[in-house]
Amino acid sequence: MSDVQQLKGKDFKSNQEVRWCPGCGDYSIISSVQSILAELGRDKDNVVMVSGIGCSSRFPYYMGTYGFHGIHGRANAIATGVKVANPDLDTWVITGDGDGLSIGGNHMIHSLRRNVNLKIILFNNEIYGLTKGQYSPTTPQGQKTKTSPFGSVDAPFNPLQLALGAGATFAARTLDVRPKHMKAVLKAAAEHNGAAFVEVWQNCVIFNDGAFKHWSEKKVRDDQTVDLVAGQPMIFGAEKEKGLRSEGCQIQVVSADEASIWDPTVESPGPGFLMSQLDKDPSMPRPFGVFRQVEAPTLDDLVHDQISEVTDKLGEGSLKDLIYTPDSWEVK
Amino acid sequence: MSSELTRQDDVTIRFAGDSGDGMQLTGTQFTETTAKVGNDLATFPDYPSEIRAPAGTRAGVSGYQIHFSSRDIYTPGDAPSVLVAMNPAALITNYKDLQPGGIILVNTGAFTEKDLQKAELDVNPLTDGTLSGFRVIEEDINQRTIEALEGTSLGKKDVLRCKNFYTLGMMYWLFSRPIEPTLEWLNVKFAKKPELADANIRALKAGYNYAELLRLFQGRYEVPKVEDVAPGFYRNVMGNQALAIGLAAGAEMANLKVFLGSYPITPATDILQYMSLMKNYDVITCQMEDEIAGVCTAIGASFAGRLGMTTTSGPGLALKTEAIGLAVITELPLVIVDVQRAGPSTGLPTKVEQADLLQSMFGRNSEAPLPVLSCATPADAFDCAVEACRIATQYMTPVILLSDNYIANGAEPWKLPDMDKLEHFPVEFVTDPEGFSPYNRDAKLARGWAKPGTPGLAHRIGGLEKDSKTGNVSHDPDNHQVMVDLRLAKVNGVADTISIPPLNGPDSGDLLVVAWGSSYGAARAAVERMQKEGVTATHMHMRHLRPFPHGLADIFRKFKRIVVPELNMGQLAYVLQAEYPEFRFEKYNKVKGKPFQARELKAHFEKLLEEKS
Ligand code: SF4
Repeated sequence: MSDVQQLKGKDFKSNQEVRWCPGCGDYSIISSVQSILAELGRDKDNVVMVSGIGCSSRFPYYMGTYGFHGIHGRANAIATGVKVANPDLDTWVITGDGDGLSIGGNHMIHSLRRNVNLKIILFNNEIYGLTKGQYSPTTPQGQKTKTSPFGSVDAPFNPLQLALGAGATFAARTLDVRPKHMKAVLKAAAEHNGAAFVEVWQNCVIFNDGAFKHWSEKKVRDDQTVDLVAGQPMIFGAEKEKGLRSEGCQIQVVSADEASIWDPTVESPGPGFLMSQLDKDPSMPRPFGVFRQVEAPTLDDLVHDQISEVTDKLGEGSLKDLIYTPDSWEVK
Repeated sequence: MSSELTRQDDVTIRFAGDSGDGMQLTGTQFTETTAKVGNDLATFPDYPSEIRAPAGTRAGVSGYQIHFSSRDIYTPGDAPSVLVAMNPAALITNYKDLQPGGIILVNTGAFTEKDLQKAELDVNPLTDGTLSGFRVIEEDINQRTIEALEGTSLGKKDVLRCKNFYTLGMMYWLFSRPIEPTLEWLNVKFAKKPELADANIRALKAGYNYAELLRLFQGRYEVPKVEDVAPGFYRNVMGNQALAIGLAAGAEMANLKVFLGSYPITPATDILQYMSLMKNYDVITCQMEDEIAGVCTAIGASFAGRLGMTTTSGPGLALKTEAIGLAVITELPLVIVDVQRAGPSTGLPTKVEQADLLQSMFGRNSEAPLPVLSCATPADAFDCAVEACRIATQYMTPVILLSDNYIANGAEPWKLPDMDKLEHFPVEFVTDPEGFSPYNRDAKLARGWAKPGTPGLAHRIGGLEKDSKTGNVSHDPDNHQVMVDLRLAKVNGVADTISIPPLNGPDSGDLLVVAWGSSYGAARAAVERMQKEGVTATHMHMRHLRPFPHGLADIFRKFKRIVVPELNMGQLAYVLQAEYPEFRFEKYNKVKGKPFQARELKAHFEKLLEEKS
């Protein structure tokens, strides 16, 4: 890297015209990713962006890095192959609520369980955008969409709870309208050694505009959201006057000076799960930030370590050893 | 005490017992020893799909057939000359296949009233004349084994589990095989449990000695080794094993490392198991969460510069369909192995069928051509796996290699390739940024392979159609036509590097038998028997099924009739008919979960020739 010039965010752009709808939340996500990669000094020839299908999955085409636009739901599996084949590659998964939680839900949970060293950004807009407005596995119950004209009867997933339940060693949430917050979270994800799951609330201006406005609009944001910052008290409110206090399995709103300190690094996924459960309570603020961040061996390392160990023990095999085993015999 | 020794050139034995009786193990040990003696051999294990079907029932019968000979042979034998039946169910479900006058060794220790009931028998077939016309040798192998192991520390159940080695000992004596290879094997296998090694060794020796002492079989046979066998090194292999070795060898010959993404499925699982042992060859195996993840990880690995592979059977291939289309459009090398089994759906998962040919050729959305080839025998699986790797890497394409249940679990001696004569086909990755575009092609129309991590070559590929020149996403109608044509022309171009299949028999005549996959053995044996009887017929084996080699029409033209025997309802015949409408391809089909027998094919071919005259 030393002889490589420090890249800027724009150096991570491809020459392709970006084709998301004007005003789509995807724009701010891609520019955040581009700028944190530059800030972290990442080499664009060493970055691989893997996606599935959906609006978000066009992402790799707009990046000046290596990219692979896969098929619906399979980005995590394709990326697992990339990363295990060559662990040196800085490998990212770009997916959405339909791609990553519906058709690709199986690969999502298994890549988290295996702790593949992937950076997974799940664009959650609570709708199918590319197919023009059907309900997704995160669409709230009761919402009217093209395929739920009388209101969706499906109970939605909470993406963080799914990730934590699958054993994610890093799980976080951020939102498109807060680029500073998003960059901090994405940086933490990029630097995490292991599978990093980042849910980004992304506004689809065409098919689900305003889905997150109760939490994202400036005038309500301070009261309706709380930032989880490691080592800091969980405080919120326009004047930072309120706080969250956790006692056992209960979370209460208290005054700021009584707020508990947030620690995502405890081994148990319990605290993160408890915080994600606040989503169900309309009287509670929605938490953003890092819900869990723990160290664990990654699949890619384990695979290659095992190969080295066995090779040290048995010696490097040659093609001839493979074919001419001791049980072969010679006919003269 | 000496016994009369009779020379036989060709013997087929079937070991049959309950799934829990260890017949597969008995069969494999007999096979390993027979390979070492220097006979040619072919085997056919036949077992139920339930791991433990109810003990003693007909559904629970597990069989292992071995055909061994002092000549070259191609099949595991039509009708056994010896049947070992460990219980009434094994006897009743197998005796009809035996040659007239064949020997049946029956374990009478498992013929109680209850055993007969479990086998749904009202009367004892040993006493009601069912077996007249056979030489029946009744022996209480349970009791003999208990006696042989008197004084051991093992419980009765463990003692009785040694009865398969007692039986194996008897068979070793009968066919003059040495017991030493099995003794060695037992010592290694049970190195950590010496009491088990000891018990099985005692059982094996006791069975051998008992057969000799009591002259149980009124004589003894000798099957001399094959004399005119080509010099070189040999080993005994099963199809799945040869395939695993071939896949690793093929990657090495391409100067690549293997990435196998797979999911367990009968009868392909062994390949994943064998390859997961190859860690010191830098082979990566990932047992994924499902079939789709298996192929998708392999595609990702190929993108990253390893040789991606995935192994499966028919239902798994169906699940991988969409991803294989992705490998077609991204033009990445990928080897897909389909060890076919009887279907549709779950079908008969432990039985043989060759009915995934059309799925392999056409089972994808839109125009998604890819090369398809098939292996003929367990040893041929090695060559075919190497060939699949060659085509995949030289043409930047997914390749489907078809094997089947019969090849996967069958065994035969494999003449090991001369290491100096293996033709390597090293891959050269693109490294030069000058004029780089991901869809730049070579003379064979293969696109360049640029690994992520290579400076200056960052590019994007994926499932959307790409511009033939820039590699950017393109919705241009003319470009799509160009790309579809290019992908097809590239796959068709594989024909330039494959040779016309050799003919077994004259290059013109009344009858050409065109076989593929594991029907090779029965078709070849049938035709050679006819030739020996002075009837002219020719056999041709098709390894490459898509594209076909050049020059087939010139062969077809010289025969009056062409027949295509297949374990399906006529899939290759259908494709040949479409491709060569000027000829008529007659079908001969069977879908019973069983391989063709040489004699049934011979009878059919003779009938065809008679019809004509
Ligand atoms: S449809 Fe919605 S998600 Fe898709 S690009 Fe347009 S605004 Fe963005």
